[in-house]
Amino acid sequence: MGFENFGTVSFTTEAKATDFMTYLEAGKVMATRCKKCGASYFPPKADCPRCLSSDVDWFEIKGKGKLASYTLVNYGPTGFENDAPYILALGKFDGIQIFARLSRDIEEKDIQVGMSLVVSPVKLPDNRIAYEFKKG
Amino acid sequence: MADVAIVGAGQSVFSRDCGVSIRELSFEAFKEAMEGLDITSNDIDASIICSAPEYDKQRSPAGLISEYLELTPKPSFYVETVCSSSSTGLRVAWSLVKAGLHRVVAVIGFQKMSEISSREAAERMGRGGDIIWESPFGLTMPAGYAMYARAHMAKYGTTEEHLAKVRVKNSHYGATNPKATYRKELSLEDILSSEVITSPLKKFDCCANADGSSCVIVARGDVAKRITKAPIWIIGLGAATDTMTMSGRESLTGLRCAQEAGKQAYKMAGVKPQDIDVAEVHDCFTISEILAYEDLGFAKPGEGVGLIEEKQTYADGKMPVNVDGGLLSKGHPIGATGGSQIRTIVRQLRGEATEAQVKGAEIGLVHNIGGIGQYGNVTILRR
Repeated sequence: MGFENFGTVSFTTEAKATDFMTYLEAGKVMATRCKKCGASYFPPKADCPRCLSSDVDWFEIKGKGKLASYTLVNYGPTGFENDAPYILALGKFDGIQIFARLSRDIEEKDIQVGMSLVVSPVKLPDNRIAYEFKKG
Repeated sequence: MADVAIVGAGQSVFSRDCGVSIRELSFEAFKEAMEGLDITSNDIDASIICSAPEYDKQRSPAGLISEYLELTPKPSFYVETVCSSSSTGLRVAWSLVKAGLHRVVAVIGFQKMSEISSREAAERMGRGGDIIWESPFGLTMPAGYAMYARAHMAKYGTTEEHLAKVRVKNSHYGATNPKATYRKELSLEDILSSEVITSPLKKFDCCANADGSSCVIVARGDVAKRITKAPIWIIGLGAATDTMTMSGRESLTGLRCAQEAGKQAYKMAGVKPQDIDVAEVHDCFTISEILAYEDLGFAKPGEGVGLIEEKQTYADGKMPVNVDGGLLSKGHPIGATGGSQIRTIVRQLRGEATEAQVKGAEIGLVHNIGGIGQYGNVTILRR
């Protein structure tokens, strides 16, 4: 399984880091950690540019993060026309940051920068999958 | 020591639909840059062609444009950093001259964004981020800057009215710029009541796609003095690259690429922010100009809105910024934008600006940003 079903529109499929999709289908949002030097990466990297190793472990992103910023998008690009409006957000977690959408059950008026978030997989129409933020 | 100069700078009229080919569009800027110089195409030792290829129908446009302008068989090649392509081109031209490979180099930027349909443009817009990890969520360039705006508001209390005041200023100057796409003054009310594109940014907080070209001719110092009476010296160059992903950004209240590039340029030029007499900054959105005030040290972090509130960035203020109307009025033909900003500063330092001349301007700065802050170039010029 590649990235062909990831997000609302996917643009490419092949990557070494496609284990991410297997974990996501199993309900887990994962990051990578280099086995040699311990550097951790999100978005996940299959290779470690610091020590040049390609031997990485996957670990689950757990716990709460904080909303760093967001925007309600009224005009989406091609493929997203019927998807807008949607809310894009950046969440700060322990040692990493995650870019994703806010769950559709959160209204713009209820959002504050700094609010507590959790990240979890979300099933989308047409058998697609992504991850999103919910109130934590 | 400054020993590389800009001898000529030109641009086409920027418009929504130029109705000519990219080679003819490029000629318009080339003509303005070359006029008054004591050289012809034969004296140009190399040309650097700059655009964002995803908007081009022509593959490998360097060959096409160098042929049309009769710059062959001298070397011509392509440089791209999206919206900052032509200031990256200037950096490469400076290096080629400084290294002694060439004496005179032309940097030609162009973009004919009307070449593709609005549907095709919307498709390109969807691929501007990391296509595996962020584009699948529906990230767009306005959305990325909107997240910077929201973070700045949350941290510093910046308001939508502060942002709108940037557009009021830039529309004031754009109204008198004959090369600008939009030449209409906008009121605070016009801007605040325009529709929300991606919160908190509204229609008039955003610059528009445009067609246009720019050309900057760079020469070795001794040659520059021979071919023009008014060489403009390149005294500072800075460049930096930040992450492709939004999730890799250290902060959303300033552009790290601009901060880094600014530091390098000030250091090389041996000047401080308060020494700058006039600046062109990359106002692709109103928030971008506020971030630029702070990233370039014109104001402390969080205090950029004070400059626009007190009208200090108007032509008669302490730190005039974008007194040609900026990208917000001129429009933003991606590959041409940096060269257009450089042209404005060259004209200011020569005392030739027709829109709003800053009296006695000696040192000018150009801040040109690519993508959602992925690439930053800061260039300092002196007359």
